[in-house]
Amino acid sequence: MPNDTTRPPARRSPFLAATALSAVGLLLLTACGAPPAPSGGNDRGEAATATSAEDFGGLDALVEAAQEEGQLNVIALPPDWANYGEMISTFEDKYGITVNSASPDASSQEEINAAEQNAGTDRAPDVFDLGHAVALANADTHFAPYKVETWDDIPEGLKDAEGRYVADYTGYMSIGYNADEVPEPESVLDLLGDDYKGKVALNGDPTQAGAAFSGVAMAALANDGGADDIQAGVDFFEELNNAGNFLPVDPTPATIASGETPVVIDWDYTNAQQTIDLEGKVDWKVVVPKGAVVSSYYYQAVNADAPNPAAARLWQEFVYSDEGQNIYLNGFARPVRMDAMEQAETLDTGAAANLPDAQGDPVELTEEQIEKANDVLGEKWAAAVS
Amino acid sequence: MPFFAFVAVFLLWPTGIVISGALTGPDGTFSLEHLATVTGSVHLAAFGRSVWLSLVTALIGAVGGALLSWAISTRPGSGGGESRLRRVVTAFSGVLAQFGGVMLAFAFLATVGLQGWLTLLLRDLLGIDLFAGGNWLYDMPGLVLVYCYFQIPLMTIVFLPALDGLRKQWREANESLGGSAWHYWRHIAGPILAPAFAGSFLLLFANAFSSYATAAALVSQGGPIVPLQIRNALTSEVILGQADIGYALAFGMVVVVAVVMSLYALLQRRTARWLR
Repeated sequence: MPNDTTRPPARRSPFLAATALSAVGLLLLTACGAPPAPSGGNDRGEAATATSAEDFGGLDALVEAAQEEGQLNVIALPPDWANYGEMISTFEDKYGITVNSASPDASSQEEINAAEQNAGTDRAPDVFDLGHAVALANADTHFAPYKVETWDDIPEGLKDAEGRYVADYTGYMSIGYNADEVPEPESVLDLLGDDYKGKVALNGDPTQAGAAFSGVAMAALANDGGADDIQAGVDFFEELNNAGNFLPVDPTPATIASGETPVVIDWDYTNAQQTIDLEGKVDWKVVVPKGAVVSSYYYQAVNADAPNPAAARLWQEFVYSDEGQNIYLNGFARPVRMDAMEQAETLDTGAAANLPDAQGDPVELTEEQIEKANDVLGEKWAAAVS
Repeated sequence: MPFFAFVAVFLLWPTGIVISGALTGPDGTFSLEHLATVTGSVHLAAFGRSVWLSLVTALIGAVGGALLSWAISTRPGSGGGESRLRRVVTAFSGVLAQFGGVMLAFAFLATVGLQGWLTLLLRDLLGIDLFAGGNWLYDMPGLVLVYCYFQIPLMTIVFLPALDGLRKQWREANESLGGSAWHYWRHIAGPILAPAFAGSFLLLFANAFSSYATAAALVSQGGPIVPLQIRNALTSEVILGQADIGYALAFGMVVVVAVVMSLYALLQRRTARWLR
């Protein structure tokens, strides 16, 4: 936490300065002294350049190499988000590898920042789970190409040809609401009504967080705009704010449970997870608004400087395996191999049936549309909601 | 020499990084592009709000803190020592002046937040809706209120020594020469305290201007003040490549704080002469 207050001036003694300096010196020394590569029989160089399980000599050899490393550093994976809690614990139990989960609430850009700041140490993240824009921007510099065994199942257009980043799961933008406090919203525009006064929260700042960005896109679709016209979404939120309905609070499970945020615009997988978590306490329901279905995939990538390169690759194999994909599905996220698994009958149909209903074709914004929308948001958002 | 090393590592070096980052274009050459971006409407408005917030809370803090320290400095203690009130108030102020940040923000959210206990109590018992006028706590009015909780105690701490510097004999001299209380404040205490008051005011201004954590915990939309916009520039997962704008914003803050601190140094020199 950065120092928040300026302290009243005090005379600093040379002794204090010297102590501070030597402390810094010590820190630098320890930082440099940390061994960048894990010791053990496995050669990090080979694992770090492997682009498929074949390069290890098959999946079993990959498992062995990963177990020798024994550790995996993940970042920005909240346990209540897309079922990552279960994903991590299942991976740990299955392979006996310790997963170190850092800053679960960090943003995608912070994942990259963490990789840069910790580069060369054994605390750097091994794998990333990133929003589209961040994945694209860092493909050349930060990611190691790797193709999982189920590569062919992943639809074209959702994977980088070299395998540097691959879509893992998506969700639809939804409205979660406390059914005891507010009536069911039938469309996004209903939220402008008196029933929702001071009650509608958006998960984050849309110039900051992908979920909030897609929330504005959803509002744009509902407000006679389109994927090319995010301004309609900004207008909607401005109207919402002027009506006194918009809550500038970042919703969390705690704010939902305490009733501080009775309506939350967020991915359907987080909202649906809340329904389960709050059963018996809060009657939390989810709607994916009709005709305004926005989808946005997240992307997996392996850190090119991963301190545990084999474990990182094993994590990818696990995430894209039937088991891993069904774990996403159990957390209400729609896995990228869903169609292929449905055909192969390996999909957990019970979990698929629990997904929130969505009517209409999902809209996935293209790169150009996202860029154009960002320009509008950067300029207009702060003024619209304050 | 050790002091210079200290300053170099913790002040000059970071400032240098900020300035060079602010003045470097995307291609690595000298450019004023980022500074030009920062003078755009969104960022300029944030600077305006930051300065306004700092001025208002510094003023409230300075006046409130000065009155508080005056009240405790004039209260006689039993047996000539410090009064118990004074010991309690200074101890509390010492703690509260550093009580900014996430703790303070959450203390407010739990008390007067939308589901805070005081909010619910007032609503259920007296029918008073604290949020009838909108969600003020999560915007500038909320920041003003919350900042006062560390500004007033800080003022108390830094202003109390100046009040202690006032000698009882001066007041007695004024009275024996037939001066009224008004004369005393207008011609003696006022001029002596003015530089200390102004200096403390500037310190409070800088304190509020550079505060980050309190606002970050309270305000999650729009980034109304500069420190929050710097966070936005560094952490956004939607709009990328804005780190240089963060540098330029930080550069703007350095300039503002440098001006304030120079004024502060000048004033300190004057006060020191009076209160030797």
